[in-house]
Amino acid sequence: MNKIPNRQAICETLMEEVKNDKDIVVLCSDSRGSASMTPFFNAFPENSIEVGIAEQNLVSISSGLAKCGKKAFCFSPASFVSTRSYEQAKVDVAYSNTNVTLVGISGGISYGALGMSHHSAQDIAAMSAIPNMRVYLPSDRFQTAHLIKALLKDEKPSYIRVGRNPVEDIYTEENCPFEMDKATVLREGTDVALIACGEMVKPCYDAAKILEAEDISATVLDMYCVKPLDTEAVIKAAQNAKAVVTAEEHAPFGGLGSMVAQVVGANCPKKVINVALPDAPVITGTSKEVYDYYGMTAEGIAAKAREAIK
Amino acid sequence: MNLTALSFECRKNVLDMIKEAKAGHIGGDFSVMDILVTLYFKQMNISPENMDDPNRDLFVMSKGHSVEAYYAVLAAKGFLDIDEVIANFSKFGSKYIGHPNNKLPGIEMNSGSLGHGLPVCVGMALASKMDNKTNRVYTVMGDGELAEGSVWEGAMAASQYKLDNLCAVVDRNRLQISGNTEDVMGHDDLEARFAAFGWNVIQADGNNIDALNEAFEAAKACKGKPTVIIANTIKGYGGGEVMENKAPWHHKVPTEEEYQMILAELLKRRDAANE
Repeated sequence: MNKIPNRQAICETLMEEVKNDKDIVVLCSDSRGSASMTPFFNAFPENSIEVGIAEQNLVSISSGLAKCGKKAFCFSPASFVSTRSYEQAKVDVAYSNTNVTLVGISGGISYGALGMSHHSAQDIAAMSAIPNMRVYLPSDRFQTAHLIKALLKDEKPSYIRVGRNPVEDIYTEENCPFEMDKATVLREGTDVALIACGEMVKPCYDAAKILEAEDISATVLDMYCVKPLDTEAVIKAAQNAKAVVTAEEHAPFGGLGSMVAQVVGANCPKKVINVALPDAPVITGTSKEVYDYYGMTAEGIAAKAREAIK
Repeated sequence: MNLTALSFECRKNVLDMIKEAKAGHIGGDFSVMDILVTLYFKQMNISPENMDDPNRDLFVMSKGHSVEAYYAVLAAKGFLDIDEVIANFSKFGSKYIGHPNNKLPGIEMNSGSLGHGLPVCVGMALASKMDNKTNRVYTVMGDGELAEGSVWEGAMAASQYKLDNLCAVVDRNRLQISGNTEDVMGHDDLEARFAAFGWNVIQADGNNIDALNEAFEAAKACKGKPTVIIANTIKGYGGGEVMENKAPWHHKVPTEEEYQMILAELLKRRDAANE
């Protein structure tokens, strides 16, 4: 089992890249520990800025730095950076078009028992609704590293969400197909299309294996690029299947499932079932306990797939 | 034309923009005008020729609703064509919208929602410090805007990082949309508040270009901390009795009769300043 969470992969990638790119600046809001960015702050103090517990300030300062040529990576718990500083993301980052990467750490229900204040089940919907804001939920640590390197090559606003806990590897160091803003096709099948982002990709991948044993063949898409959504991949997967199941660690509205349903409905109408968190404060527990409770597991997703193609 | 006269001339252009568009925030435009004229014509190293120079001074119009004043000064500086702005301001499909937009030449950042300018300028000033640049960073806020908590987040960070390359100006016209600032949310202890946040504080007559210029020079001389200039202004300044110090002119559109009265007053003051 992999022990490196995606946030640590971001830190390691930035520590490598900053050696050749002095314009990289990392900002935290008293969140360097939970962001896994302490090693970066210690090794590159000249490229690190602490703003204290002030997320609005965090995002605005990032945009000011970016306006002056810096590549600002702005780390804060996803629950806060996606909504406490929503307007700063909208106006100073997206609308002013500044080169800021907002990194929502401990995303979704990573903080488990800390309750709804610390959960970010709205961030995909909120961030996706902002023109000129891109939204990425990488699945494993290898893909996360590729994504960070790709974002360093462009100068456009983006929001990344990663979870707190290590995610089981899907890819390897040597084998991690990555094309910017294109879904990664993990499997191709003809019965059902499973489309997921972030921490739900692995359960979908495992669900496909369960289904295979029952002679149900599934396509699995790692849709780390929620916005811009890879609509071509969605349409292709849906066209080749009888139904679509989406999975995301998000509220049932406005996230990946909603977007996929829009695309499928407009292009190749099929049944679309969305596996997501409920429209309610989630039950208290660890991420694993919460996933189990709501069926956000390989078995739960497989059950929805069986139901979808009935 | 001397700068005081230019300032009244710019107000005349604002009056025409608002008359033509039947929309705008004229009271704050008139109060802030001398601050903008002083910055653009006496202080800041910004012109259409140097907007790509990374060492240029940087300006963010935090009180974005005074965009008409901003357009008028940018036009006077050669960034925009004033006739085109007057003809198109706020019209369907226009690029001259009712708040600053950085798709237009001369404008660095989009604004409109209040309380953003100072934190953004903290980022800009930090970037300059990181790169050992000697340029300066300016923002203008309204006094009503100071009720936004984000202003004080920015104020905290500016002194934490000793940003003496940052100068904020408060257009202290003492009126906001609902009435007197002191009735809505008081700021009478503004000097003490900013000082408590670690800032150098300068009071100035905000409708006097020489006084403002002196204040900006004093701000430059202050090392180790950011400076705020509390520019004590009159809302609607230059519009005469019909308009000055009257809250409804926050965004009132003048009638034809009022237009003529305000225009006559502006021209009178412009010509007097030129003598």
